[in-house]
Amino acid sequence: MTAVLRNEPFDPWHELARVEASLDKGKHGACASFVGTMRDFNLGDDIHSMSLEHYPEMTQRFLDNICDQALQRWQLSHCLIIHRFGEIKPGEPIVLTAAWSGHRAEAFEACRFLIEELKARAPFWKKETTATGKRWVHDSADK
Amino acid sequence: MQLNVKFFASLSEQTGLKEVTIDAVKAATVMDVWNQATTNMPMPENTLCAINMAYARPDDSINDGDEIAFFPPVTGG
Repeated sequence: MTAVLRNEPFDPWHELARVEASLDKGKHGACASFVGTMRDFNLGDDIHSMSLEHYPEMTQRFLDNICDQALQRWQLSHCLIIHRFGEIKPGEPIVLTAAWSGHRAEAFEACRFLIEELKARAPFWKKETTATGKRWVHDSADK
Repeated sequence: MQLNVKFFASLSEQTGLKEVTIDAVKAATVMDVWNQATTNMPMPENTLCAINMAYARPDDSINDGDEIAFFPPVTGG
């Protein structure tokens, strides 16, 4: 299990392939993943860029903890979270969650658990830059 | 009692504080720490609190050396 915070762009598909290649062949039958990517629009405005602040030690601890919970709750071969912080441009991936398991049901459930827990409680805060200035994002409840 | 107090995101801007160390002589709870660090600024609705990087409530007790954090609702992912 791995939870990583990154302050530079990453390629989620490369990261998935790298983990897949590192796992024992034939020991899992499913991988479910979620990739969250930055939009260039929000609340009717064009978004030029976004700054993602976090509480480094608490965020790392929180992500490690939800990975541990996923491993205890489901029979997983591996789980992975990668999350950006710092300056982000539209089109860049913000977050990757993934879970590998014997069967698809557990992989889907664990992957969803990771992203929903992260969005609900992981200490990150988005600040968008629009044509008229910067503003904090107040609601991450969108699905 | 020495406490390290951190503020994040919009709460850091509203209070004008990012990280401060306070000598909390009379502080017993997280709310007391907020009041002392901000000189009694009203705590915004929906403020979240943490003690030593674990979520806490305003009425939770604090101990010498704790790191107390205040931040708005989270918006990651």
